[in-house]
Amino acid sequence: MNPQQTFYWALAGVASVLLIATFIGWLMARRAQSEGNEKGRNTVANLNARIRAWWAMIALFGFAFWLNKPAVLVLFALVSFMALREFVTLTPTRPGDYRQLFLSFFIILPVQYFLIGIDWYGLFSIFIPVFGFLIVPAYTVVRAPDIEDFLTRIAKVQWGVMLAVYCISHAPALLLLKIPGYEGQNLLLLFYLLLVVQMSDVLQYVFGKLFGKTPVAPLVSPGKTVEGFIGGGLSATLLGAALWWMTPFRPQQAAGMSFVIVLMGFLGGLTLSAIKRSLGVKDWGTMIEGHGGVLDRLDSVSFAAPIFFHLTRYFFVP
Amino acid sequence: MLISRGMILAVKLLIGAYPRWQGCAPNERQRIYFANHSSHLDALTLWAALPPALRRKTHPVAARDYWDTTPWRRHLAVSGFNAVFLDRKPKASDGDPLQPLADVLARGDSLILFPEGTRHHDALPGEFKGGLYRLAQRFPEAELVPVYLENLYRSMPKGTPIPVPLICSVRFGAVLERDADEAKHDFLIRAREAVINTASQTT
Repeated sequence: MNPQQTFYWALAGVASVLLIATFIGWLMARRAQSEGNEKGRNTVANLNARIRAWWAMIALFGFAFWLNKPAVLVLFALVSFMALREFVTLTPTRPGDYRQLFLSFFIILPVQYFLIGIDWYGLFSIFIPVFGFLIVPAYTVVRAPDIEDFLTRIAKVQWGVMLAVYCISHAPALLLLKIPGYEGQNLLLLFYLLLVVQMSDVLQYVFGKLFGKTPVAPLVSPGKTVEGFIGGGLSATLLGAALWWMTPFRPQQAAGMSFVIVLMGFLGGLTLSAIKRSLGVKDWGTMIEGHGGVLDRLDSVSFAAPIFFHLTRYFFVP
Repeated sequence: MLISRGMILAVKLLIGAYPRWQGCAPNERQRIYFANHSSHLDALTLWAALPPALRRKTHPVAARDYWDTTPWRRHLAVSGFNAVFLDRKPKASDGDPLQPLADVLARGDSLILFPEGTRHHDALPGEFKGGLYRLAQRFPEAELVPVYLENLYRSMPKGTPIPVPLICSVRFGAVLERDADEAKHDFLIRAREAVINTASQTT
């Protein structure tokens, strides 16, 4: 199979899973309509909203993948933009923050994705943690000296940029890796990462709803349960291993990689939940119906992508 | 039309302009929307948050001394977001400065008004000026809808050319009740409080 065909097969696989989910959702809605209580109906309605949003997201990503690298980079740049917008909205900023926000949105974000586009790994990997880290606060001081809560303000914006731009950009950065024997197929690797992360989220949700009893961290995220994590995490790892043929990995290696993706995704969800709680909200936004904001859908990707990127680079790029 | 679509797309991408119909639903009745004023983007944002069918018959009030100073700005205001100009420092010889606004209402169209008269760089609005009262008196049929523009003062502080991206919701409050005997001063205070109440309501 050439990469094109592999991609279509994978996409068809996802579409069939969604088709089954849509059918089950329809059955559940019918049952909840006749016998369910209020809470049950709401859960089912939210489930169906999530499934509808999945169709839209799959269509969007499938289209960008079909258009190839530049479209994928533009799509991820927009995703980072929306995620950073959500983060900054919930972070109290002052008029004095205008300069650092301007730099973050209109200079740092596009440059980061441009560096992936021209395959400049060296600068891509240090641009935000070195140049952004130093230049942005310095520029803010020079242009608009406002010392009230200065450290807190720059720290929050930097956290947002690291998360929404730097971390998320490591997913499309998989496209710049030169893996021997896997040339021209890197889009599949990106597809694989997104698939394992999102299936892990979905399966943890399903296992949690079916068998969940023991909350992992009731204060941070009441929805996350030990049963959900173990059941969903294990099945997502198995799924990742079974999809080894999309990747440059052998089946055992794919299982290991998937396990890391699942674990990091879980930790990402947990950490970002803690941040949401500390900001006093439940969701990052309302952009994706049923899911919340862009960051609610990408919290696990933002933690899994950089680690997956560097493990792949360390072990598979000579 | 193209310029209008472009401006709506830009404003949605930068600041969302998500409508939250908290106290009333969008409908075709004639309305005077009145909102807090904190940036040059306010009129466009509120207008873009309306459903497309209502946009055509709704005119934001724009300050003549800003939006009518260059042909380019004038074009943006008139073709871009359907603006009607208001002289903030009228000469006595020009007659009633509210007349262009009254003409819009007399046609049966709706109006978007910023009763503070000038930008106020704060979360909550400052004192209201009398124009809203006079227009409300002259057009008793129009519904008075308080609107709170959230976060715009953070997105575009004074003296900055481009808004930074933040999610700004546009919250529509409950229609202000009319009281024929109410004095101007009391009415303006009540109208301002209606905007503040809309701001403090959580959705």
